[in-house]
Parts: sequence; C-alpha cells; structure tokens
Amino acid sequence: MLPPVFGVLFDGIAYGMLLFVLSVGLSVTLGLMNFVNLAHCAFAMVGGYTTVTLMNQFGWPFFATLPMAFIVSALASVVFERTLYRRLYRATDLDQVLLTIGLAFISVAVFAWFYGTTQQPINVPSYMRGSFAFLGINIAVYRLFLIGIGIVVTLALVFGLEYTRFGAQVRAAVDNQRMARGLGIDVDKTFALTFALGSGLAGLGGALAIEIVGLDPVFAFTYLVYVLIIVSVGGLGSIVGSFLAAILIGVSDIAGKYYVPELGAFLIYLVMLVILMWRPAGLFGRR
Amino acid sequence: MTLSDTALTPQAYIRSQSRWRPIEIVFWLSLLLPYVLFPNYLSLASQIAITAMFALSLDLILGYAGVVSLGHAAFFGIGAYTAGIFSKFVWGELFTGLLVATALAALVGYVTSFIIARFRHLTLIMITLGLGLLLHEAANSASWLTGGSDGLQGVQVWPLLGVFKFDLYGKTAYGYSLAMLFLVFLFARRIIHSPFGLALRGIRENWTRMPAIGAASRAHIRKIYTISAAMAGLAGALIAQTTETVSLETLSFERSADVLVMLVLGGAGRLYGGLIGAAVFMIARDQFSGIAPQFWYFWIGILLVVVVMALPNGILGGLSALIARWRRK
Repeated sequence: MLPPVFGVLFDGIAYGMLLFVLSVGLSVTLGLMNFVNLAHCAFAMVGGYTTVTLMNQFGWPFFATLPMAFIVSALASVVFERTLYRRLYRATDLDQVLLTIGLAFISVAVFAWFYGTTQQPINVPSYMRGSFAFLGINIAVYRLFLIGIGIVVTLALVFGLEYTRFGAQVRAAVDNQRMARGLGIDVDKTFALTFALGSGLAGLGGALAIEIVGLDPVFAFTYLVYVLIIVSVGGLGSIVGSFLAAILIGVSDIAGKYYVPELGAFLIYLVMLVILMWRPAGLFGRR
Repeated sequence: MTLSDTALTPQAYIRSQSRWRPIEIVFWLSLLLPYVLFPNYLSLASQIAITAMFALSLDLILGYAGVVSLGHAAFFGIGAYTAGIFSKFVWGELFTGLLVATALAALVGYVTSFIIARFRHLTLIMITLGLGLLLHEAANSASWLTGGSDGLQGVQVWPLLGVFKFDLYGKTAYGYSLAMLFLVFLFARRIIHSPFGLALRGIRENWTRMPAIGAASRAHIRKIYTISAAMAGLAGALIAQTTETVSLETLSFERSADVLVMLVLGGAGRLYGGLIGAAVFMIARDQFSGIAPQFWYFWIGILLVVVVMALPNGILGGLSALIARWRRK
C-alpha cells in the first residue's frame, strides 16, 4: 500500500503530460525564431473546439477526432504564419507580443460568438472514464492514457529531432540560425513546418484537455500562463527541458491545490520566479 | 537627424526639445472643457485622467527605456490598496494617503527593479507577468485585509482641502485627478528632457553599447523603474480615493494588458501617447459599454493587429508622419 502522496504525484504527472503536449510546440518555435507567440493556446483552443464539433455535431468517436484536432490546428496556424507572423520575425518583442495577444483576444471573441461562453461537454468512451486501485492509490484510466500520450509524443519528438534530416535542420537552425542559412538550409520553411507541427500538438493538447479541465473561450488565456511558465522554466528549444518543467509545474499545481488550497495558483508562480532568477535561460536553456 | 540638429550643442538641443509648444498649452487648457461641455461625464473624465497617469508611468519604462512589462498593474494595485486601507484604518486625509501609497509602490518598485534590470527578452516578460500574477493571488488570499474578490469596502476620504466634497458627478474628483496628472506630467517631462532621459532612449536602442559611453544601463533602468512604479502607485491611490472602493481588478492581468494597449494605441515613446491612448480607449469603451465584454475584446484584438501591422507608432506617430509629409510638399 502506497501513501496518498503517490496519488497526488500520479495526478500531477498526468496533468504535467497534458501541459507538455500543450506547450512543447511553443518551446521549439521560440527557440527557433525567438518569436514570442502568445496566441499559442488559441491554436490549442482550435483543436479543442474541433473535437467538440466533430463529436457533438457529427457523432464522430473521440479517438477519431484527435488526429483531426491536430490537423485543423496545424492548418490554421500555417495560414496565420504565412500572412501575419512572418512579417514580424525581425520586429521587437513588443510588436510580437501585441500582435499575438491581439490574435488571442480575437480568438476568444470568435469562439464565444459561435459556441457561447459555457463549458463544452463531451462524452469520452465509457472505458476511458473509470478508474482502478493499484497498490492502494486510485488510478484514473484517462489520466493513465494522458501519461501514455505524453511519453509517446516525447519519444517521437526526441527521436525525430535526433535521427531525421528534418530534425537535424531544426537543431542546426536553433543552434545558429545564420550558420544554418549559410549551409543552405531553408530556415523559413523549416520554421513554418515546425510552427505547424507545434500548433498541431497544441491542438491535440486542447482536445485532450477537455475531459480534465473543460473548454471555454477563455482557454486561450488561462492556459497561456501555464504554457509560458513551462517554456521559460524548461528553456527555449529544449524538449527534455519542457518535459521536466511540465512535470514540475503539473505536480506543484496539483500538490498545491491538494495540500494548501487557500494559496491558489500562488505556488506555481513562485516556483517559476525562483527558477528564472536562479537560471534566467531556464533549466535546460543554453542562451 | 538633419545637419542643423547636429550643429547644436547638447545643452541647446535639450533646451530646444523641452520648450513648451503652443499646441501643448492648448491641449492642457482644453482638458478643462469637460466642466462646461460634458458636466455629466466628469466621473468618466476623472477615470481617464487617472488611467492616463498610469499609461504615462508605463511609457517611461516601456516607451523610453524599452522594458516590456506585462505586470505593471501590480504597482497600480499596490497604490490603490495602500490608499484604500490607509483611509479606512488610519484617516481619510487625501495627501498623506497619496504619499503613503506612492512611497510603498516606490519601495516595492525599487526592490523588484534589481530583478528587472538583470533580464531581457522573454525572461523579462515572464518575470513581470509572474510578479503581477503573484501579487494578484496574494491579494485574493489575504481577504482579511483586502476583502478578497469582493473588493475593499468602507473606504472613506475627507473632502479635498477640507472644502470640496467628492460628489456623485465627479466635479471634485476630476479637478483633483487632473491637477495630479498635470503635476506628474511636468515631472515626467522634466525627466525625459534631461540627459538621464536621453540616456534611457540610448539604452532602449542599444543596451550593451550604452555603458561604453558612460551610461550605466542597469543603474538607469533601476532608477526609471522605481520612478515609474511610484507613478503607477500614485494613479492607483487616486482611483481608490475618488471611487472610495478598491476592487481586485486593479491588480489583474487585464489591467496590465489594457494599459499596454492604450499606450501602444496612442504611441509609445511619446509623452502624450499614453494620454491620448487612454482617452480614446476609455471613451470608446464607455460608448460601446452595451456590448458584452468578450466582443469588446474582439475589437481590441483587431485594433492591436492593425496598429502593429499598419501604424507602428500609434495614433501620434501616424499623425506626426502625416504632418511631416504635408510639410515636405
């Protein structure tokens, strides 16, 4: 029999995996182009609403909607990347912040217009809803599934970056963009693809998040803070960093809510500030 | 820079920059017009004056020194809560309340400025955001002192100078806020048109080269950040005194984001940018108050995209570009 602290740890890790899937794309694109994209969670929200629409309007099964959430978010992000973002790659932080915060505001209003401001319900398959006892702690099947997804995504990204040609180009561009251009790598194209992949993953995260945290139009801002914390704590462009930071923030958040609920989100903000002051470039950042 | 500019001595350059232009005097005199033209909108005018002061404080760090802050409402909220709590538990005298609130905001600003001056780029944005959120959570938890999400109730202030009571129409409130805004503006104007102000603009343009010509970037950032925090605290104290209530919203991320939008809309890095931006933003919000808040933000979003893409220096930047083009003809 394990003490209850392991139950909190399990929930925290599952939550952390969800946050990881939401944030890893932003980490890589920030590391690649230094583009501060505050609309990242708006793309996650696109994925979430894709799943809701397909399930509730068209009766698709939950699992079939997940790839669609990925694809729709990725396509939406490419449209914005090609039309708006690319003009600001060399602009100041402030301009990037303003443009993307503006897009996030617009996304909140647009989804509120079409779907209302209430939480969107979905029905995940009944076998995903249950839970079982393991060594005395309560394991929810859906959370176990989240941990599985998190691990699969991490492995896919790490191996993809390490062993594919495209991964090598991304790594080269993150390390030294000018040198990579000099070697004939089309950094802009690499960035556009990475951006689409990252936003697609965010969309997948948004779809997966509905069952845990719900979905309403302010999702673009409520989870933006978490995502930014993970990216800055983990270090830009570092997948392992984001993975560990997501677990750290997920566990701190769940443990904080469980043991000291009166503190609210105080704890994770404190964790972020302390880590950033100790290591300004994040735990695994190189710059 | 044209040749005639470079021919000036530094002293003469600063003096020519700081001369009062006729349009400025007209601008400040016209701010008295609401008493005659819009007597029903004086409390809105008072809110605008206070928000303009807040935007001006952000302009000093963001527009002039290039420090992007997503948590400037922290100081506004500190000032508001300090003034509110002071008048509730100590006494309702206005100027001591302002003084205490400004001093506390300046102190917190000074302490945090040591952190701010060390970081740039995303880390800086995250740290300002984090400090703001941390304070918001702290004020929410400490409901025994702040009233939590219900806001601070029971704030009572004495009449201004012992004579002018704060009425429902905001006659006193507007005069009081406007006078304070003018004083703060004079102070900001003096700073900007000083060698220190020039050094700040240098730091904004190139953070690493300024120390090479003898301007200590970090020390300058610390100074201006403290000044800006004090100013934001003063604005917060005014809102607490004129509305006699303090809500948790004074510390919120929305307030930080709104003031950023106002400043950018008006034109960052211009003394009047924050003032014009605050007026346009608040009047528009008042006119469109019928629509639900989320749709109000839709237009704010569109506005931000348009400003970044088409009007990079805000309304004032666009106007001065137009005037420059017209003069060249």
